[in-house]
Amino acid sequence: MDFQLTEQQRMIRDMVRDFAAGEIEPRAAEFDRGKIFPAEIIEKAAGLGLMGVMVPTDYGGSGMDMLSYMLVLEEIAEACASTCVILSVHNTLACGTLLQYGTDEQCRRYLPDAASGKALGAYLLTEPGAGSDAASLTCKAQPEGDGWRLTGSKAFITNGAHARFGVVYARTNASEGAKGISAFIVDMKAEGVSCGPEENKLGLNASSTVMVTLEDVFVPAGNLLGEEGQGLKVALGMLNAGRIGIAAQSLGIAKAALAEARRYAAQREQFGSSIDRFQSVQWMLVDMATEIEAARLLTYKAAVEYGAGREIIGGAAMAKLFASRTAVSCAERAVQIHGGYGYTKEYKVERLFRDARVTEIYEGTSEVQRIVIARQLASE
Amino acid sequence: MKIAVLVKQVADTAAKIELLPDATGVKLDGVQMVLNPYDEFAVEQGILVKEAQGGEVVVFNIGPDAADEAVKTALAMGCDRAVVLRDEAAAELDAAGIAQALAKMIEKEGGFDLVFCGKQATDSDTHQVGPALAQHLGMPAVTFITGFEAGDGEVVVGREADGVAETLAVGLPALLTCQKGLNEPRYPSLPGIMQAARKPKEVLTLADLGVDATPAVTRKGMEMPPPRAEGKLIEGEAPDQAKQLVDLLRNEAKAV
Repeated sequence: MDFQLTEQQRMIRDMVRDFAAGEIEPRAAEFDRGKIFPAEIIEKAAGLGLMGVMVPTDYGGSGMDMLSYMLVLEEIAEACASTCVILSVHNTLACGTLLQYGTDEQCRRYLPDAASGKALGAYLLTEPGAGSDAASLTCKAQPEGDGWRLTGSKAFITNGAHARFGVVYARTNASEGAKGISAFIVDMKAEGVSCGPEENKLGLNASSTVMVTLEDVFVPAGNLLGEEGQGLKVALGMLNAGRIGIAAQSLGIAKAALAEARRYAAQREQFGSSIDRFQSVQWMLVDMATEIEAARLLTYKAAVEYGAGREIIGGAAMAKLFASRTAVSCAERAVQIHGGYGYTKEYKVERLFRDARVTEIYEGTSEVQRIVIARQLASE
Repeated sequence: MKIAVLVKQVADTAAKIELLPDATGVKLDGVQMVLNPYDEFAVEQGILVKEAQGGEVVVFNIGPDAADEAVKTALAMGCDRAVVLRDEAAAELDAAGIAQALAKMIEKEGGFDLVFCGKQATDSDTHQVGPALAQHLGMPAVTFITGFEAGDGEVVVGREADGVAETLAVGLPALLTCQKGLNEPRYPSLPGIMQAARKPKEVLTLADLGVDATPAVTRKGMEMPPPRAEGKLIEGEAPDQAKQLVDLLRNEAKAV
């Protein structure tokens, strides 16, 4: 087994690391505190090809592989987890769903603007009453003329207030349960689409999260994504890529926590020596480093398998489950090593601690990941 | 416009430097290697001139195989093709030898209107290669430029001398060594990185160029600077502190 990245993957990682350290990191605390959507950063990222990482060059994207894309997310998250989730939802869930289930015509219509950063994408699956149980969604799509009329509410929509297009899941048949759901590409500026106020969140404060209300929104027939009634299949088909992306984001947060903890422990003096000379601190650092390495292996392996088109349902869930736990527990220990200072907003670890928490919740909670892995175990 | 850009691969300036056991050089195993930061300004300027006036930017490099990554970075930023010297004997070249070899590489490619290089490499810090190369090529050189404007058959460059900023005009062809302040080097884009792999790269040896690697200057040894002594804290009332400080500066540091 060769664990080396290719030269191209190394160059991509180094470029994104430089970009994140030079352009994002210096402003991340300000974005977090002011709840500022980093529009300028997104524009610069688009210029570097980061808004269409896996979109083929034919559609104006960068045409990169899954592992390269995960390296992008990891490096961005190390500087700013908010910026990472903006990129992740846009690239994986908006562009990725179009790529996997859209027709050539749909891809040509939406992806060039998406990849150039002109049109940000969103993903509208979750509803106030339908979270983990996505099949119970109630947003309605009624046929009308040469298209559909969509009515319903979508909750916790990342990029919602800034998106130009979104993948929306709605019920085209009220009586058929899971088989009555279809996926649509919706123009987020269309009449009848409205966004609620920004959610007041624990972390990821520079990202936009809103409730989106659809009121008799007309969607032309040509915007049905995949076949009618196949919506849940589309949603499930995108889960693996989404999970691996959150694992990469978690990895970035965990790495940032370890880097901050190491730096602080080396310069903080107590009892006449730097605190990294104390075994109690060393063991925390060692456990963090070891867990990060394990999370990295799970994440990269899932990315490579996904990229090769192999079946990885359990692997993606394991990567997400383990990496998100690693992010939360590394951020927690980094705060602990910083002592009282870590509890103040003067230090990055405070932000990491808040940002990490959601990785165990979105793209399927850790409990849902365990259900997925349990089913896989039972079927083996 | 035909533009040459010279690049070197160096250890990341943030890397911790250790000497080889025999103190003949620096340990580079496991050290992150990067494109020389001053060369980034040279690459960026070459690409900016090409974007404004059209033409071609050719990257020149001498180094080990691993230096291909620095060359690829320059190509990914937007240079068109590369000419590199890969020869184990080239590791023995001194600054004058590097300048001579680069001159042969550049002459082989025909005439260039502009040659850009970093003002120095952050590892060996000789500042020699640019001016020596200009001598070989019979071009005027302006060192340490911080500004660039294209004129008619000439370029107007800014440079910072001791305490003043000067503006100089130089006829083409010319060699310019670049430093911080000249421009903001771009990050290579993902499509740029992808294309870099497909851009032409010519590989030469010392024999191809007829350059003799015997150096005029050889390194006898290296040592690390002594670790900084711990600072002294002067206590007491201000007048007394001042007296102590003067005493230390005069008698211990011998600074006054």
